[in-house]
Amino acid sequence: MTKYWKSLDGNSIQNKEEKVEKKSPTNRRDFLKTFGFGLASTFILSRCENAAHKAIPYLIKPEEVTPSMANYYASSFFDGDKFNSILVKVLDGRPIKIEGNDLSGISQGATNSIAQASILSLYDDTRYRKPKIDGVNTDWTTTDKQIIDQLKKIKKEKGKIAIVSPTIISPSTKKVITDFIKEYPTTEHITYDSISAAGLLDANKESFGKRVIPDYRFNKAQLIAGFNADFLGTWLSPVEYTKQYVQNRQVSEDKREMSRHVQIESGMSLTGSNADERIIINPSEEQNLIACLYNYIANKVGEKEITTSKPAQDITKLGDELFKNKGKSIVVCGTNNKETQLIVNGINQLLGNYGKTITFNQSLLTKQADDKQMDGFVNGIDSYQGVIFYDCNPVYDYPASEKVTKALKNIDLSISLSTIPDETSELVKYVCPANNYLESWNDFNPKEGIYTLSQPCIHTIFDTRQEQESLLMWAGIEKEYYQIIKENWKLVVYSKTNRAFDFMGFWNKSLQDGVVELESKSTEPKYKNDLSAVKIIESKSEVELHIYESVNIGSGKHANNPWLQELPDPVSKVTWDNYAAISPALAKERNLKTGDVLKINGLIEIPVLIQPGQAKNTISVALGYGRTVAGKSGKDIGTDVYQLLKTGDYKEYSRDITIEKTLAFKELATTQLHDSMEGRDIVRETTLNKYKEKPSSGNERHKEIEKHHQTLYQEYKYEGHHWAMAVDLNACTGCNTCVAACSIENNVPIVGKEEVKRAHEMHWMRIDRYYAGDPENPEVIRQPVMCQHCDNAPCENVCPVGATNHSSEGINQMAYNRCIGTRYCNNNCPYKVRRFNWLDYNKAEALEGNLYDPHGMTEDLPRMVLNPDVTIRAKGVIEKCSFCVQRIQEKKLKAKLENRELKDGEIQPACQQTCPANAIVFGDLNDKNSKVYKLFKQQRRYHLLEELHTLPSVGYLTKVRNKKNQISNYKSQKPNHG
Amino acid sequence: MSELSTREELIQGNKDLKTITDDVFKPIIAKPNKLWFAGLLLAASAAAIGIISIVLTIWKGIGLWGVNKTIGWGWSITNFVWWVGIGHAGTFISAILLLFRQKWRTSINRSAEAMTIFAVICAGLFPLIHMGRFLFGFFILPYPNTRDVWVNFNSPLLWDVFAITTYFLVSLIFWYVGLIPDLGTVRDRMKTKFKKTFYRFLSFGWTGSAKHWQRFEIVSFTLAGLAAPLVLSVHTIVSFDFATSVIPGWHTTIFPPYFVAGAIFSGFAMVLTLLIIARKTMNLQDYITINHIELMNKIIILTGSIVGVAYLTELFMAWYSGVEYELFAFINRATGPYWWAYWIMMTCNVISPQLFWFKKLRRSVWFTFIMSIVINVGMWFERFVIIVTSLHRDYLPSSWEMYKPTLIEVLIFVGTLGIFFTLFLLFVRFFPVIAMAEVKTTIKNK
Repeated sequence: MTKYWKSLDGNSIQNKEEKVEKKSPTNRRDFLKTFGFGLASTFILSRCENAAHKAIPYLIKPEEVTPSMANYYASSFFDGDKFNSILVKVLDGRPIKIEGNDLSGISQGATNSIAQASILSLYDDTRYRKPKIDGVNTDWTTTDKQIIDQLKKIKKEKGKIAIVSPTIISPSTKKVITDFIKEYPTTEHITYDSISAAGLLDANKESFGKRVIPDYRFNKAQLIAGFNADFLGTWLSPVEYTKQYVQNRQVSEDKREMSRHVQIESGMSLTGSNADERIIINPSEEQNLIACLYNYIANKVGEKEITTSKPAQDITKLGDELFKNKGKSIVVCGTNNKETQLIVNGINQLLGNYGKTITFNQSLLTKQADDKQMDGFVNGIDSYQGVIFYDCNPVYDYPASEKVTKALKNIDLSISLSTIPDETSELVKYVCPANNYLESWNDFNPKEGIYTLSQPCIHTIFDTRQEQESLLMWAGIEKEYYQIIKENWKLVVYSKTNRAFDFMGFWNKSLQDGVVELESKSTEPKYKNDLSAVKIIESKSEVELHIYESVNIGSGKHANNPWLQELPDPVSKVTWDNYAAISPALAKERNLKTGDVLKINGLIEIPVLIQPGQAKNTISVALGYGRTVAGKSGKDIGTDVYQLLKTGDYKEYSRDITIEKTLAFKELATTQLHDSMEGRDIVRETTLNKYKEKPSSGNERHKEIEKHHQTLYQEYKYEGHHWAMAVDLNACTGCNTCVAACSIENNVPIVGKEEVKRAHEMHWMRIDRYYAGDPENPEVIRQPVMCQHCDNAPCENVCPVGATNHSSEGINQMAYNRCIGTRYCNNNCPYKVRRFNWLDYNKAEALEGNLYDPHGMTEDLPRMVLNPDVTIRAKGVIEKCSFCVQRIQEKKLKAKLENRELKDGEIQPACQQTCPANAIVFGDLNDKNSKVYKLFKQQRRYHLLEELHTLPSVGYLTKVRNKKNQISNYKSQKPNHG
Repeated sequence: MSELSTREELIQGNKDLKTITDDVFKPIIAKPNKLWFAGLLLAASAAAIGIISIVLTIWKGIGLWGVNKTIGWGWSITNFVWWVGIGHAGTFISAILLLFRQKWRTSINRSAEAMTIFAVICAGLFPLIHMGRFLFGFFILPYPNTRDVWVNFNSPLLWDVFAITTYFLVSLIFWYVGLIPDLGTVRDRMKTKFKKTFYRFLSFGWTGSAKHWQRFEIVSFTLAGLAAPLVLSVHTIVSFDFATSVIPGWHTTIFPPYFVAGAIFSGFAMVLTLLIIARKTMNLQDYITINHIELMNKIIILTGSIVGVAYLTELFMAWYSGVEYELFAFINRATGPYWWAYWIMMTCNVISPQLFWFKKLRRSVWFTFIMSIVINVGMWFERFVIIVTSLHRDYLPSSWEMYKPTLIEVLIFVGTLGIFFTLFLLFVRFFPVIAMAEVKTTIKNK
């Protein structure tokens, strides 16, 4: 190549080389320079490594996915116990939140806390990752081959196979099981419900010829009488019932009417704590009492009476009231005793409630099991050669489980289709892990004429396969379950519609809506009056045990969900434990105090909790605790009482017991230690009669305080929006779902039992519960409390660094990055709603090795559930309710993009969104047509501690009780603190 | 009160100027005894444990303490206020008593001022470490920054930052200025080269010329004039931490004077505790006489009575205000779960100082020593009662909680005691404990 001259000086390469040679190649300066530069750049570059280890970009972006914009997919939640129609919020490919599906007639946009928290089960670290044979990980081909071989062998030998499952409400799953049975004709399908309704079902079969649960319509009832039926908390379909219940409980200046609710029960249930009147009975007295009530009403209408003995409580008043509300009343009973349910049916029949408040039009199908079938199966389990456990865990939740445990050692082919390790799956030979419901296709038929779908919202995280696919595989049917659902829907559902669309149109719409509600054409069945066979069984025992389903944990299936474990019990406010609830009188008699450990029947040990309103000789204990195989969070929490249930034709949820005080003491982790309002003006209430006369009754102080409203400072004018929230204390039942939803939406950390004991729980909102009146039968007062977003916020002026300040839209906001953690704001908050990150709960800390995460919530998998729109907070900063500011921003932006005004009700904080009782309304006070503005205009509106002139943006509406007598004075209850 | 000196000698033992210098020099020149080493070992170990606990707290988080969702401040702020209170006596003695020409203060002001500085160091530690994010604590300083964020001048915590740093700096300078003439004397007496250089550096080239003395006097009086209002302002501002809040039991206008009186009360008690030990172990009985002790006890009666009246006024106002929360807060203090703390406070602070009305008790060294400790226990409980019992049951009973310190919190407190005594022991070893130059002026007067 030709060398071109650059200049005369540098025209020769030779010259250059000479020059270089003349200088020494490196001197000390150069060395130091290079060395220094090298050292510095090594240091700097080594710190520049990006932490994006696992982010994989889309190669081809799916059309519907926009990063950071959420998609919602309609789906269904059914855990074998409760049904919820849901929407799954999927952000960047991850399901992160469950919302209620407002197209559903059942849950009408609400959920319960279990459905809310179920999203975490998807990211449960303890889930099975692969199929297992004898506890060793393997692959599906080997597992399938072995299972099919064995099934064929059993078929040849004409051995018996059982598929054990809870009630299955999926028509397509039922079809799959039928197909499986066709292939293996010796297969039996055994169903059992851990919380059984067999008594009710059989009673209805006898009374009406239909073995279903009727459609209760609490919204049509003016008088509700519940006998040990926690229909707002756990009984059958609590979300639906709460929605109905509050329709008739919410009052306004235009509607000064509400229903009356009498609850007759043994333990203080969520429902009982909402009743206008509560009558306390022991479980053994229930049947006779209901029979006496029957007789009292039968007498009035001239029907035949049943032989009874003297009732434990006076029921004439209730009888009169029920009779007065003929056709407008409803009597429900939670017992699993067929005879009792027959009498209840009799009462409802006498009152003419069928066809009005109770119909068979859209019967509930979520419970169908027959206790006798399971009892027979367990007793004869040794005769089976193959058992398939489908979504059930009888070793834990069936009372006589030791027979199952023993038999499983001898059965050749034992299969569990569980998603996570449980007591049963640990004992079987083959574990064929099923998908989480959010990874699966399925359909449901929760009520007659109502069909819903669930669809996968994420690819299977592990090497799992949904149950139906496994059964299909083993039955040799080469068809996808998805195809089966579709074909089945064409047959079962589509054929019943008016066929306005072609099938694909119908299918797509159904999938998008998640719900298909068909018009029902069924007629009311005839009542067969035959109570002659009914025998009243009377038992007298010193102490009785009443076993109930926990509102938070349910049947125990979700015990490994720390969100549910940390949710305070709606009545006792205890977390992370079950306990023996005893009455103050019995505690005094037996010299027991909260935390003393009690031995029941010499079998189980459980700490005592003194529960005001508990029947004197009855101890109530929740099911669902004491799991022995259930991940980190569920294992060994509380005590298992399934073993105390009596089995037989019907499982009995109450029995006589002996109790014995032990010397042990176990501190319960309680979020509220003080039960009395101390005569303070915290929850204002009135009676319906007074409210009718004067809507401001009980709230007289509000006007008085407003009169004194004055300030030296110039008042701030909110020009754009002025966000506010109204909480209707008359609607709120205290079910806790809002607390769960809030924690999930806002990435509120789980702190564990030990931290809750130290009052370090982090919940942004809580439901305060106070007792008033007689400790043996108190009135219960509830109040959801979140940050009140005071216009004159005491927290704001004390923060030295201005980390908490006020937005121009009235929100009291936190700048986490600015917070240095003096906790002065929390001290100065009269509502004590601020929460401090005492330890590094979130792994959001710069310092290493100080993580406090007892439940593994910061591990890679559970961390996927975090809401990316909400910052996780580091150790040492304060956090609190933000009015879900991320949701406000999202909707504001959306409205701006669409170039329109925000609509009222468009923005819903997580608590409002999920509330089954419609108790929370959020909106803009500057919008004179908004719902919240209208509620703020109600004379029932007041503010918590308004005399402090903090000017909160949260308003409460007074509680109205439908009772005749005066409201008792709050001061009488003796404080109960730890 | 200048006739006091005619009534009784301020220092005893017919000292002349040289013997005074000799006496004060003994501990600096002589090898320290075993007791001093033992004391230093004990104090330094306590300090080390405290520092380890502090590091642990910063690393792991405030969750190591017993504070919770309802009681955000526990022992940490109790200790802070207690130490700040103790840190009041020194400057009060040297500044206010100087302005009032109280000659008797000369024997005690040096050590009292040193104590003040060490106490303020201990006090200042607590607000720093009680922060959840200690490492970001500098946010509290109003420094210009690119993010345009500024501190919140409405917050009493910010006022605290200014009040305490100002107080600390002025006290330190005042104390140091007072030391200069004596450091010059020390320098002159030192034999070894190292020590001579050390004290030469510290004494700023003091020669004792008339010009030096004149400037010294001017600076002393100017600083005294500056320091005197600070004595009143620091605890006033500390009391604002509580008084400006909305919490019943905190929200009280009486707090500033009540806190200042309480501070001087506890400060004098601490001075007494230290000086009674020092005069005994360092043979300073001639300088720190029974007369001094009695005079300090008189101040204790005065301030103790002010504190007592304040307690009763609080109770009266709780009732008279007619505010149910306020009334409840005080009933709860006296009869609630922390009743014992309240009654310890009442006994130690209101009843016990009244015993000093008896001259015999006032002049008893042993009794005074015990009382000085009792008073500081009482004053610690006063702050505990104000902070914990007001917070643990405030407006909404649903949030009522109990507070119990953890071992870490206790160790941090013990650690600050260790730091305090370590510094004090080093001080008595390396600096003249008695302001020689000033004491000498009292004998010239004779």
